Amino acid sequence: MKPEFKILSPSGIVGYGFPEASFLAGVAKKPDLIACDAGSTDPGPYYLGSGIPFTNASAVKRDMTFMLKAACELGIPLVIGSAGGSGATPHLEREVGIVREIAKEQNLSFKMAVISAEFDPKFVLEEHRAGRLKPLGAAPDCTEDDILQSTHIVGQMGIEPIMAALKDGAQVVLCGRCYDPAAFSAPAILKGYDKALATHMGKILECAAIAATPGSASDCMMGYLGEDYFRVEPLNPDRKCTPLSVSAHTLYEKSDPCLLPGPGGVLDLHECDFVAETERMVRVTGSKYIKNPNTIKLEGCKVAGYRTISICGNRDSIFISQLDDIIEGVKRRTRENLSADFDYSLDFIVYGKNGVMGALEPQQNITSHEVGIVIDAVAATPEQSAAVCSVARSTMLHYGYPGRIATAGNLAFPFSPSDVKVGAIYTFSVYHLLETEDPESLFPRTVIEFKEGDEV
Amino acid sequence: MKMKEIASVIRSKNSGPYELTMDLMFPNDDVFEKVVASNVISRERIAEIYQLKAEEVLSIVIFPKARAIKATIVRPMASGALGERDVYGAQQHAPLMDLEVEL
Repeated sequence: MKPEFKILSPSGIVGYGFPEASFLAGVAKKPDLIACDAGSTDPGPYYLGSGIPFTNASAVKRDMTFMLKAACELGIPLVIGSAGGSGATPHLEREVGIVREIAKEQNLSFKMAVISAEFDPKFVLEEHRAGRLKPLGAAPDCTEDDILQSTHIVGQMGIEPIMAALKDGAQVVLCGRCYDPAAFSAPAILKGYDKALATHMGKILECAAIAATPGSASDCMMGYLGEDYFRVEPLNPDRKCTPLSVSAHTLYEKSDPCLLPGPGGVLDLHECDFVAETERMVRVTGSKYIKNPNTIKLEGCKVAGYRTISICGNRDSIFISQLDDIIEGVKRRTRENLSADFDYSLDFIVYGKNGVMGALEPQQNITSHEVGIVIDAVAATPEQSAAVCSVARSTMLHYGYPGRIATAGNLAFPFSPSDVKVGAIYTFSVYHLLETEDPESLFPRTVIEFKEGDEV
Repeated sequence: MKMKEIASVIRSKNSGPYELTMDLMFPNDDVFEKVVASNVISRERIAEIYQLKAEEVLSIVIFPKARAIKATIVRPMASGALGERDVYGAQQHAPLMDLEVEL
Protein backbone atom coordinates (compact mmCIF):
# COMPACT_ATOMS: atom_id res chain seq x y z
CA MET A 1 0.00 0.00 0.00
CA LYS A 2 1.18 3.48 -0.88
CA PRO A 3 1.47 5.81 2.11
CA GLU A 4 -1.14 8.57 2.18
CA PHE A 5 -0.23 11.81 0.40
CA LYS A 6 -1.09 14.57 2.87
CA ILE A 7 -2.00 18.07 1.69
CA LEU A 8 -2.43 21.16 3.84
CA SER A 9 -4.75 23.79 2.37
CA PRO A 10 -4.41 26.91 4.52
CA SER A 11 -6.94 29.26 2.92
CA GLY A 12 -9.53 29.53 0.16
CA ILE A 13 -7.63 32.43 -1.40
CA VAL A 14 -4.08 33.55 -0.62
CA GLY A 15 -4.70 36.76 1.30
CA TYR A 16 -8.03 35.74 2.87
CA GLY A 17 -6.12 34.63 5.99
CA PHE A 18 -6.37 31.66 8.39
CA PRO A 19 -6.01 31.16 12.16
CA GLU A 20 -2.40 30.47 13.12
CA ALA A 21 -3.51 27.60 15.40
CA SER A 22 -5.21 25.79 12.49
CA PHE A 23 -2.14 26.23 10.28
CA LEU A 24 0.21 24.92 12.98
CA ALA A 25 -2.09 21.93 13.57
CA GLY A 26 -1.75 21.18 9.87
CA VAL A 27 2.03 21.53 9.91
CA ALA A 28 2.15 19.13 12.89
CA LYS A 29 0.55 16.47 10.67
CA LYS A 30 3.70 16.54 8.51
CA PRO A 31 2.05 17.31 5.16
CA ASP A 32 3.70 16.27 1.87
CA LEU A 33 2.48 19.47 0.22
CA ILE A 34 1.15 22.89 1.10
CA ALA A 35 -1.05 24.26 -1.66
CA CYS A 36 -3.28 27.28 -1.93
CA ASP A 37 -5.41 28.67 -4.69
CA ALA A 38 -5.65 32.43 -5.16
CA GLY A 39 -7.91 32.78 -8.16
CA SER A 40 -11.47 33.70 -8.97
CA THR A 41 -13.45 35.51 -11.66
CA ASP A 42 -16.15 36.23 -9.08
CA PRO A 43 -15.07 39.79 -8.28
CA GLY A 44 -15.78 40.63 -11.91
CA PRO A 45 -13.79 41.75 -14.95
CA TYR A 46 -11.99 44.76 -13.39
CA TYR A 47 -9.16 42.82 -11.75
CA LEU A 48 -8.08 40.78 -14.76
CA GLY A 49 -8.61 43.72 -17.11
CA SER A 50 -6.68 46.27 -15.05
CA GLY A 51 -3.93 43.91 -13.84
CA ILE A 52 -4.69 44.92 -10.25
CA PRO A 53 -5.03 42.06 -7.73
CA PHE A 54 -8.27 41.89 -5.72
CA THR A 55 -6.33 40.77 -2.66
CA ASN A 56 -4.45 43.09 -0.35
CA ALA A 57 -0.61 42.92 -0.57
CA SER A 58 0.02 42.93 3.20
CA ALA A 59 -2.62 40.21 3.74
CA VAL A 60 -0.99 38.11 1.00
CA LYS A 61 2.43 38.65 2.59
CA ARG A 62 1.15 37.48 5.97
CA ASP A 63 -0.32 34.25 4.50
CA MET A 64 2.67 33.61 2.24
CA THR A 65 5.15 34.07 5.12
CA PHE A 66 3.52 31.22 7.07
CA MET A 67 3.39 28.98 4.00
CA LEU A 68 6.94 29.65 2.76
CA LYS A 69 8.53 29.20 6.19
CA ALA A 70 6.64 25.95 6.82
CA ALA A 71 7.48 24.55 3.36
CA CYS A 72 11.18 25.32 3.89
CA GLU A 73 11.22 23.87 7.41
CA LEU A 74 9.45 20.66 6.33
CA GLY A 75 11.35 20.46 3.01
CA ILE A 76 8.11 20.04 1.05
CA PRO A 77 6.69 21.74 -2.05
CA LEU A 78 4.46 24.81 -1.90
CA VAL A 79 2.21 25.37 -4.93
CA ILE A 80 0.21 28.59 -5.37
CA GLY A 81 -2.49 28.62 -8.06
CA SER A 82 -3.70 31.75 -9.92
CA ALA A 83 -1.30 34.10 -8.14
CA GLY A 84 -2.65 37.56 -7.48
CA GLY A 85 -6.25 36.48 -8.10
CA SER A 86 -6.50 36.73 -11.87
CA GLY A 87 -3.14 35.17 -12.71
CA ALA A 88 -1.99 37.53 -15.50
CA THR A 89 1.58 38.82 -15.61
CA PRO A 90 1.12 41.92 -13.38
CA HIS A 91 -0.65 39.81 -10.73
CA LEU A 92 2.10 37.20 -10.86
CA GLU A 93 4.78 39.89 -10.65
CA ARG A 94 3.29 41.39 -7.50
CA GLU A 95 3.36 37.97 -5.82
CA VAL A 96 6.97 37.34 -6.98
CA GLY A 97 7.88 40.66 -5.36
CA ILE A 98 6.20 39.59 -2.12
CA VAL A 99 8.05 36.23 -2.16
CA ARG A 100 11.35 38.10 -2.68
CA GLU A 101 10.66 40.28 0.37
CA ILE A 102 9.75 37.28 2.52
CA ALA A 103 12.78 35.23 1.39
CA LYS A 104 15.04 38.14 2.31
CA GLU A 105 13.40 38.91 5.66
CA GLN A 106 13.22 35.26 6.73
CA ASN A 107 16.59 34.26 5.27
CA LEU A 108 15.06 31.41 3.28
CA SER A 109 16.64 29.09 0.70
CA PHE A 110 14.54 27.51 -2.04
CA LYS A 111 14.17 27.13 -5.78
CA MET A 112 11.02 28.71 -7.22
CA ALA A 113 9.37 28.23 -10.61
CA VAL A 114 7.16 31.06 -11.85
CA ILE A 115 4.71 29.88 -14.52
CA SER A 116 3.18 32.46 -16.84
CA ALA A 117 -0.43 32.12 -17.96
CA GLU A 118 -0.64 35.32 -20.02
CA PHE A 119 -1.60 34.79 -23.68
CA ASP A 120 -0.67 37.21 -26.44
CA PRO A 121 -3.87 38.50 -28.11
CA LYS A 122 -2.19 38.01 -31.51
CA PHE A 123 -1.70 34.30 -30.76
CA VAL A 124 -5.31 34.02 -29.56
CA LEU A 125 -6.49 35.74 -32.75
CA GLU A 126 -4.62 33.19 -34.89
CA GLU A 127 -6.18 30.34 -32.94
CA HIS A 128 -9.60 31.98 -33.32
CA ARG A 129 -9.12 32.28 -37.08
CA ALA A 130 -8.03 28.63 -37.18
CA GLY A 131 -11.30 27.62 -35.49
CA ARG A 132 -9.69 26.33 -32.31
CA LEU A 133 -11.64 28.64 -29.96
CA LYS A 134 -15.13 27.81 -28.72
CA PRO A 135 -17.25 29.98 -26.40
CA LEU A 136 -17.72 28.31 -23.03
CA GLY A 137 -21.22 27.57 -21.73
CA ALA A 138 -23.53 30.56 -22.04
CA ALA A 139 -20.72 32.91 -23.13
CA PRO A 140 -21.11 34.57 -26.55
CA ASP A 141 -18.52 34.19 -29.28
CA CYS A 142 -16.00 37.00 -29.48
CA THR A 143 -15.09 39.27 -32.37
CA GLU A 144 -11.53 39.84 -33.58
CA ASP A 145 -11.72 43.29 -31.96
CA ASP A 146 -12.70 41.74 -28.62
CA ILE A 147 -9.51 39.69 -28.74
CA LEU A 148 -7.20 42.48 -29.94
CA GLN A 149 -8.62 45.06 -27.52
CA SER A 150 -8.19 42.73 -24.52
CA THR A 151 -5.82 44.25 -21.97
CA HIS A 152 -5.12 40.77 -20.57
CA ILE A 153 -5.94 37.25 -21.70
CA VAL A 154 -5.04 34.35 -19.43
CA GLY A 155 -5.30 30.61 -19.90
CA GLN A 156 -6.09 28.22 -17.05
CA MET A 157 -3.18 25.82 -16.86
CA GLY A 158 -3.82 22.22 -15.89
CA ILE A 159 -1.44 19.86 -14.08
CA GLU A 160 1.20 19.55 -16.83
CA PRO A 161 3.17 22.80 -16.32
CA ILE A 162 3.16 22.31 -12.53
CA MET A 163 4.39 18.72 -12.79
CA ALA A 164 7.14 19.85 -15.19
CA ALA A 165 8.25 22.55 -12.74
CA LEU A 166 8.37 20.09 -9.83
CA LYS A 167 10.24 17.50 -11.94
CA ASP A 168 12.70 20.24 -12.71
CA GLY A 169 13.44 20.57 -8.99
CA ALA A 170 11.35 23.58 -8.00
CA GLN A 171 10.23 23.53 -4.37
CA VAL A 172 7.95 26.55 -4.68
CA VAL A 173 5.69 26.85 -7.73
CA LEU A 174 3.98 30.19 -8.30
CA CYS A 175 1.40 29.75 -11.04
CA GLY A 176 -0.37 32.31 -13.16
CA ARG A 177 -4.02 31.51 -13.90
CA CYS A 178 -4.56 27.90 -12.99
CA TYR A 179 -7.42 25.37 -12.86
CA ASP A 180 -8.22 25.55 -9.15
CA PRO A 181 -7.65 21.87 -8.19
CA ALA A 182 -4.39 21.58 -10.18
CA ALA A 183 -2.20 23.20 -7.51
CA PHE A 184 -3.28 20.36 -5.20
CA SER A 185 -3.53 17.44 -7.62
CA ALA A 186 -0.43 17.93 -9.80
CA PRO A 187 2.16 17.00 -7.10
CA ALA A 188 0.10 13.94 -6.09
CA ILE A 189 -0.42 12.77 -9.68
CA LEU A 190 3.33 13.19 -10.27
CA LYS A 191 3.85 10.75 -7.37
CA GLY A 192 1.56 8.22 -9.05
CA TYR A 193 -1.70 8.82 -7.21
CA ASP A 194 -5.05 8.39 -8.96
CA LYS A 195 -5.96 11.39 -11.10
CA ALA A 196 -9.71 11.29 -10.40
CA LEU A 197 -9.29 11.14 -6.61
CA ALA A 198 -6.46 13.70 -6.62
CA THR A 199 -8.54 16.10 -8.72
CA HIS A 200 -11.67 15.62 -6.61
CA MET A 201 -9.71 16.13 -3.39
CA GLY A 202 -8.14 19.25 -4.97
CA LYS A 203 -11.60 20.50 -5.84
CA ILE A 204 -12.58 20.33 -2.17
CA LEU A 205 -9.28 21.59 -0.74
CA GLU A 206 -9.04 24.61 -3.04
CA CYS A 207 -11.87 26.20 -1.04
CA ALA A 208 -10.11 25.33 2.25
CA ALA A 209 -12.72 24.93 5.02
CA ILE A 210 -15.76 25.94 2.96
CA ALA A 211 -16.68 22.23 2.71
CA ALA A 212 -16.77 21.98 6.53
CA THR A 213 -19.61 23.00 8.79
CA PRO A 214 -19.59 25.80 9.79
CA GLY A 215 -17.83 26.59 6.52
CA SER A 216 -15.11 29.17 5.98
CA ALA A 217 -12.75 30.20 3.20
CA SER A 218 -10.43 31.61 5.88
CA ASP A 219 -9.55 28.43 7.75
CA CYS A 220 -7.38 25.39 7.05
CA MET A 221 -8.28 21.94 5.71
CA MET A 222 -6.25 18.78 5.53
CA GLY A 223 -6.59 16.15 2.82
CA TYR A 224 -5.21 12.59 2.92
CA LEU A 225 -5.02 10.88 -0.44
CA GLY A 226 -4.79 7.07 -0.48
CA GLU A 227 -4.68 4.63 -3.38
CA ASP A 228 -8.43 4.24 -3.78
CA TYR A 229 -9.94 6.83 -1.44
CA PHE A 230 -9.29 10.21 0.11
CA ARG A 231 -10.19 11.77 3.43
CA VAL A 232 -10.72 15.41 4.38
CA GLU A 233 -10.90 17.10 7.77
CA PRO A 234 -10.85 20.71 8.97
CA LEU A 235 -7.96 21.69 11.24
CA ASN A 236 -10.01 23.96 13.49
CA PRO A 237 -11.71 21.83 16.21
CA ASP A 238 -14.75 24.14 16.01
CA ARG A 239 -15.52 22.85 12.51
CA LYS A 240 -16.27 19.41 11.15
CA CYS A 241 -16.64 17.73 7.78
CA THR A 242 -19.81 15.66 7.41
CA PRO A 243 -20.88 13.61 4.38
CA LEU A 244 -23.57 16.27 3.82
CA SER A 245 -21.20 19.26 4.09
CA VAL A 246 -18.65 17.68 1.73
CA SER A 247 -21.15 16.45 -0.87
CA ALA A 248 -23.04 19.75 -0.70
CA HIS A 249 -19.80 21.59 -1.45
CA THR A 250 -19.70 20.05 -4.93
CA LEU A 251 -22.77 22.18 -5.72
CA TYR A 252 -21.02 25.43 -4.92
CA GLU A 253 -20.49 27.78 -7.88
CA LYS A 254 -20.96 24.88 -10.30
CA SER A 255 -23.72 24.24 -12.83
CA ASP A 256 -23.75 20.44 -12.40
CA PRO A 257 -22.58 18.82 -9.13
CA CYS A 258 -21.82 15.45 -10.72
CA LEU A 259 -19.90 16.40 -13.85
CA LEU A 260 -17.11 18.90 -13.25
CA PRO A 261 -15.20 19.80 -16.41
CA GLY A 262 -11.55 20.85 -16.34
CA PRO A 263 -8.61 20.98 -18.73
CA GLY A 264 -8.32 17.65 -20.53
CA GLY A 265 -11.21 15.88 -18.86
CA VAL A 266 -14.32 15.77 -16.72
CA LEU A 267 -14.52 14.69 -13.11
CA ASP A 268 -17.50 12.31 -12.83
CA LEU A 269 -18.94 12.11 -9.32
CA HIS A 270 -22.07 10.07 -10.08
CA GLU A 271 -20.70 6.97 -8.33
CA CYS A 272 -19.10 8.85 -5.47
CA ASP A 273 -19.59 7.84 -1.85
CA PHE A 274 -19.16 10.21 1.06
CA VAL A 275 -18.87 8.36 4.40
CA ALA A 276 -18.20 9.71 7.90
CA GLU A 277 -14.91 8.25 9.10
CA THR A 278 -14.98 10.13 12.38
CA GLU A 279 -17.26 12.88 13.65
CA ARG A 280 -15.09 15.41 11.84
CA MET A 281 -13.58 13.50 8.92
CA VAL A 282 -15.16 12.29 5.67
CA ARG A 283 -13.89 9.48 3.45
CA VAL A 284 -14.61 9.74 -0.27
CA THR A 285 -14.45 6.94 -2.85
CA GLY A 286 -15.67 6.33 -6.38
CA SER A 287 -14.58 9.54 -8.13
CA LYS A 288 -14.00 8.94 -11.85
CA TYR A 289 -12.18 10.85 -14.55
CA ILE A 290 -13.38 10.95 -18.16
CA LYS A 291 -10.56 11.93 -20.46
CA ASN A 292 -11.33 14.49 -23.18
CA PRO A 293 -9.20 16.25 -25.80
CA ASN A 294 -6.94 18.84 -24.17
CA THR A 295 -8.49 22.26 -23.85
CA ILE A 296 -7.40 25.43 -22.08
CA LYS A 297 -9.98 27.84 -20.71
CA LEU A 298 -9.17 31.38 -21.80
CA GLU A 299 -10.39 34.48 -19.94
CA GLY A 300 -9.89 37.95 -21.35
CA CYS A 301 -11.09 41.44 -20.46
CA LYS A 302 -11.11 44.77 -22.24
CA VAL A 303 -11.91 48.38 -21.31
CA ALA A 304 -15.66 49.07 -21.43
CA GLY A 305 -15.36 52.81 -20.79
CA TYR A 306 -14.90 55.22 -17.89
CA ARG A 307 -17.35 55.48 -15.02
CA THR A 308 -18.55 58.32 -12.79
CA ILE A 309 -21.27 57.66 -10.20
CA SER A 310 -23.39 59.73 -7.87
CA ILE A 311 -25.16 58.22 -4.85
CA CYS A 312 -28.36 59.85 -3.64
CA GLY A 313 -31.80 59.16 -2.21
CA ASN A 314 -35.39 60.36 -2.22
CA ARG A 315 -38.17 60.20 0.39
CA ASP A 316 -40.96 62.08 -1.38
CA SER A 317 -44.02 59.89 -2.10
CA ILE A 318 -45.10 62.03 -5.07
CA PHE A 319 -41.62 61.77 -6.65
CA ILE A 320 -41.44 58.02 -5.95
CA SER A 321 -44.86 57.43 -7.53
CA GLN A 322 -43.58 58.91 -10.82
CA LEU A 323 -40.03 57.62 -10.69
CA ASP A 324 -40.01 55.68 -13.99
CA ASP A 325 -41.27 58.72 -15.92
CA ILE A 326 -38.86 61.03 -14.10
CA ILE A 327 -35.89 58.81 -14.99
CA GLU A 328 -36.93 58.77 -18.67
CA GLY A 329 -37.31 62.55 -18.59
CA VAL A 330 -33.91 63.06 -16.98
CA LYS A 331 -32.28 60.78 -19.56
CA ARG A 332 -33.88 62.76 -22.40
CA ARG A 333 -32.96 66.15 -20.91
CA THR A 334 -29.39 64.99 -20.27
CA ARG A 335 -29.00 63.89 -23.88
CA GLU A 336 -30.26 67.27 -25.07
CA ASN A 337 -27.85 69.13 -22.80
CA LEU A 338 -24.73 67.30 -23.93
CA SER A 339 -22.76 67.66 -27.12
CA ALA A 340 -24.02 65.30 -29.81
CA ASP A 341 -20.67 63.52 -30.16
CA PHE A 342 -20.79 62.22 -26.55
CA ASP A 343 -20.79 58.41 -26.56
CA TYR A 344 -22.18 57.21 -23.23
CA SER A 345 -24.53 54.99 -21.28
CA LEU A 346 -26.59 56.44 -18.42
CA ASP A 347 -28.21 54.12 -15.89
CA PHE A 348 -30.21 54.77 -12.72
CA ILE A 349 -29.97 51.98 -10.18
CA VAL A 350 -32.96 52.35 -7.86
CA TYR A 351 -32.70 50.58 -4.49
CA GLY A 352 -36.18 50.07 -3.11
CA LYS A 353 -37.44 49.15 -6.59
CA ASN A 354 -35.21 46.66 -8.43
CA GLY A 355 -31.69 47.77 -7.44
CA VAL A 356 -30.60 44.25 -6.50
CA MET A 357 -32.21 42.13 -9.20
CA GLY A 358 -32.71 44.47 -12.17
CA ALA A 359 -34.33 42.60 -15.06
CA LEU A 360 -34.73 39.44 -12.93
CA GLU A 361 -36.89 41.22 -10.29
CA PRO A 362 -40.42 39.76 -10.28
CA GLN A 363 -41.89 42.46 -7.99
CA GLN A 364 -42.67 45.53 -10.09
CA ASN A 365 -44.13 48.13 -7.72
CA ILE A 366 -42.30 50.18 -5.11
CA THR A 367 -43.57 49.62 -1.55
CA SER A 368 -40.80 51.48 0.27
CA HIS A 369 -41.15 54.95 1.82
CA GLU A 370 -37.73 55.90 0.43
CA VAL A 371 -35.51 54.92 -2.48
CA GLY A 372 -31.75 54.94 -2.99
CA ILE A 373 -30.49 55.97 -6.41
CA VAL A 374 -27.09 55.40 -7.98
CA ILE A 375 -26.58 57.51 -11.09
CA ASP A 376 -24.15 55.52 -13.24
CA ALA A 377 -22.51 57.28 -16.19
CA VAL A 378 -20.15 55.28 -18.41
CA ALA A 379 -18.58 57.07 -21.36
CA ALA A 380 -15.74 56.84 -23.84
CA THR A 381 -13.48 59.18 -21.82
CA PRO A 382 -13.19 60.07 -18.11
CA GLU A 383 -14.11 63.70 -18.91
CA GLN A 384 -17.26 62.70 -20.78
CA SER A 385 -18.37 60.37 -18.01
CA ALA A 386 -17.90 63.15 -15.42
CA ALA A 387 -19.93 65.52 -17.60
CA VAL A 388 -22.75 63.01 -18.14
CA CYS A 389 -22.97 62.24 -14.42
CA SER A 390 -22.89 65.92 -13.49
CA VAL A 391 -25.62 66.93 -15.95
CA ALA A 392 -27.82 63.94 -15.04
CA ARG A 393 -27.41 64.62 -11.32
CA SER A 394 -28.25 68.33 -11.52
CA THR A 395 -31.13 67.66 -13.92
CA MET A 396 -32.65 65.09 -11.57
CA LEU A 397 -32.10 67.34 -8.54
CA HIS A 398 -34.19 70.15 -10.02
CA TYR A 399 -36.48 68.17 -12.34
CA GLY A 400 -40.05 69.50 -12.42
CA TYR A 401 -42.58 66.67 -12.49
CA PRO A 402 -46.40 66.85 -12.42
CA GLY A 403 -47.79 67.54 -8.94
CA ARG A 404 -44.39 68.48 -7.47
CA ILE A 405 -44.76 70.36 -4.16
CA ALA A 406 -41.18 69.97 -2.84
CA THR A 407 -39.72 72.63 -5.10
CA ALA A 408 -36.27 73.07 -3.49
CA GLY A 409 -34.64 69.85 -4.66
CA ASN A 410 -35.49 66.19 -5.40
CA LEU A 411 -32.42 64.39 -4.11
CA ALA A 412 -30.65 63.83 -0.78
CA PHE A 413 -26.87 63.43 -1.19
CA PRO A 414 -24.94 61.74 1.62
CA PHE A 415 -21.59 63.00 0.33
CA SER A 416 -19.90 66.15 -0.84
CA PRO A 417 -18.46 65.86 -3.44
CA SER A 418 -21.52 64.11 -4.77
CA ASP A 419 -19.84 62.56 -7.82
CA VAL A 420 -17.24 59.80 -7.62
CA LYS A 421 -14.82 59.16 -10.48
CA VAL A 422 -14.39 55.39 -10.69
CA GLY A 423 -11.99 55.41 -13.66
CA ALA A 424 -11.64 52.73 -16.32
CA ILE A 425 -14.04 49.81 -16.13
CA TYR A 426 -13.72 46.51 -17.95
CA THR A 427 -15.86 43.79 -19.45
CA PHE A 428 -15.22 40.14 -20.24
CA SER A 429 -14.16 39.92 -23.87
CA VAL A 430 -12.95 36.32 -24.14
CA TYR A 431 -14.38 33.32 -22.27
CA HIS A 432 -13.50 30.42 -24.49
CA LEU A 433 -12.01 26.96 -24.64
CA LEU A 434 -8.85 26.65 -26.70
CA GLU A 435 -8.09 23.27 -28.23
CA THR A 436 -4.45 22.40 -27.89
CA GLU A 437 -2.11 19.45 -28.21
CA ASP A 438 0.41 21.11 -25.96
CA PRO A 439 -0.96 21.90 -22.50
CA GLU A 440 2.57 22.35 -21.08
CA SER A 441 4.62 24.71 -23.22
CA LEU A 442 1.79 27.25 -23.62
CA PHE A 443 2.75 28.13 -20.04
CA PRO A 444 6.44 29.09 -20.03
CA ARG A 445 8.27 29.18 -16.72
CA THR A 446 11.22 30.97 -15.22
CA VAL A 447 13.24 29.79 -12.25
CA ILE A 448 14.47 31.92 -9.35
CA GLU A 449 16.75 30.44 -6.73
CA PHE A 450 17.15 31.89 -3.24
CA LYS A 451 20.11 31.08 -0.95
CA GLU A 452 19.69 32.44 2.57
CA GLY A 453 17.40 35.14 1.30
CA ASP A 454 19.52 36.25 -1.65
CA GLU A 455 18.75 35.55 -5.27
CA VAL A 456 21.46 33.46 -6.92
CA MET B 1 -45.83 26.52 3.13
CA LYS B 2 -43.23 28.92 1.95
CA MET B 3 -39.93 27.51 0.71
CA LYS B 4 -37.97 29.55 3.30
CA GLU B 5 -39.83 27.74 6.08
CA ILE B 6 -38.74 24.28 4.95
CA ALA B 7 -35.37 24.67 3.19
CA SER B 8 -32.08 24.74 5.10
CA VAL B 9 -30.24 26.59 2.31
CA ILE B 10 -31.55 28.84 -0.47
CA ARG B 11 -28.72 30.63 -2.29
CA SER B 12 -27.54 31.97 -5.62
CA LYS B 13 -24.07 32.53 -7.02
CA ASN B 14 -22.25 32.98 -10.31
CA SER B 15 -21.14 29.81 -12.02
CA GLY B 16 -18.55 31.62 -14.11
CA PRO B 17 -19.24 35.12 -15.49
CA TYR B 18 -22.11 34.07 -17.79
CA GLU B 19 -24.24 31.77 -15.65
CA LEU B 20 -26.11 32.05 -12.38
CA THR B 21 -26.81 28.99 -10.28
CA MET B 22 -29.35 28.58 -7.48
CA ASP B 23 -29.15 25.89 -4.78
CA LEU B 24 -31.95 24.73 -2.52
CA MET B 25 -31.08 22.23 0.23
CA PHE B 26 -33.38 20.50 2.67
CA PRO B 27 -32.94 19.31 6.25
CA ASN B 28 -34.12 15.69 5.77
CA ASP B 29 -34.93 13.14 3.09
CA ASP B 30 -38.67 13.34 3.73
CA VAL B 31 -38.94 17.08 3.00
CA PHE B 32 -36.47 16.80 0.11
CA GLU B 33 -38.42 14.01 -1.57
CA LYS B 34 -41.72 15.83 -1.13
CA VAL B 35 -40.34 19.01 -2.67
CA VAL B 36 -38.91 17.02 -5.60
CA ALA B 37 -42.23 15.23 -6.06
CA SER B 38 -44.14 18.53 -6.00
CA ASN B 39 -42.11 19.64 -9.06
CA VAL B 40 -42.19 23.21 -7.76
CA ILE B 41 -38.67 23.82 -9.09
CA SER B 42 -39.20 23.12 -12.76
CA ARG B 43 -37.70 24.66 -15.85
CA GLU B 44 -41.01 26.43 -16.61
CA ARG B 45 -41.42 27.72 -13.08
CA ILE B 46 -37.88 29.15 -12.91
CA ALA B 47 -38.37 30.81 -16.31
CA GLU B 48 -41.62 32.35 -15.08
CA ILE B 49 -40.16 33.64 -11.78
CA TYR B 50 -37.11 35.23 -13.38
CA GLN B 51 -38.96 36.30 -16.55
CA LEU B 52 -36.74 34.25 -18.83
CA LYS B 53 -37.25 32.28 -22.02
CA ALA B 54 -37.37 28.52 -21.40
CA GLU B 55 -34.01 28.03 -23.14
CA GLU B 56 -32.38 30.53 -20.76
CA VAL B 57 -32.94 28.04 -17.95
CA LEU B 58 -29.90 25.86 -18.61
CA SER B 59 -30.53 23.00 -16.21
CA ILE B 60 -32.42 21.71 -13.21
CA VAL B 61 -30.42 19.08 -11.33
CA ILE B 62 -31.70 16.91 -8.48
CA PHE B 63 -28.78 15.90 -6.23
CA PRO B 64 -30.00 13.47 -3.52
CA LYS B 65 -26.55 13.08 -1.86
CA ALA B 66 -26.77 16.64 -0.60
CA ARG B 67 -30.61 16.69 -0.52
CA ALA B 68 -30.34 19.53 -3.01
CA ILE B 69 -32.05 20.93 -6.09
CA LYS B 70 -29.98 23.12 -8.38
CA ALA B 71 -31.23 25.46 -11.09
CA THR B 72 -28.84 27.21 -13.47
CA ILE B 73 -29.85 30.16 -15.65
CA VAL B 74 -28.16 32.45 -18.16
CA ARG B 75 -27.06 35.71 -16.49
CA PRO B 76 -28.90 38.80 -17.78
CA MET B 77 -25.45 40.09 -18.78
CA ALA B 78 -21.85 39.01 -18.29
CA SER B 79 -20.68 39.64 -14.73
CA GLY B 80 -19.70 43.29 -14.33
CA ALA B 81 -21.00 44.39 -17.75
CA LEU B 82 -23.06 47.58 -18.19
CA GLY B 83 -26.38 47.27 -16.36
CA GLU B 84 -24.97 44.86 -13.75
CA ARG B 85 -26.78 44.73 -10.40
CA ASP B 86 -25.02 41.90 -8.58
CA VAL B 87 -21.44 41.13 -9.64
CA TYR B 88 -21.18 37.95 -7.54
CA GLY B 89 -24.77 36.90 -8.21
CA ALA B 90 -25.21 36.25 -4.49
CA GLN B 91 -28.61 37.99 -4.03
CA GLN B 92 -30.70 36.54 -6.84
CA HIS B 93 -32.23 33.77 -4.74
CA ALA B 94 -34.89 35.84 -2.97
CA PRO B 95 -37.95 35.02 -5.15
CA LEU B 96 -37.38 31.32 -4.38
CA MET B 97 -37.81 31.97 -0.65
CA ASP B 98 -41.47 32.86 -1.03
CA LEU B 99 -42.44 30.00 -3.36
CA GLU B 100 -45.47 28.12 -2.04
CA VAL B 101 -44.88 24.39 -1.61
CA GLU B 102 -47.59 21.82 -0.91
CA LEU B 103 -46.11 19.17 1.39
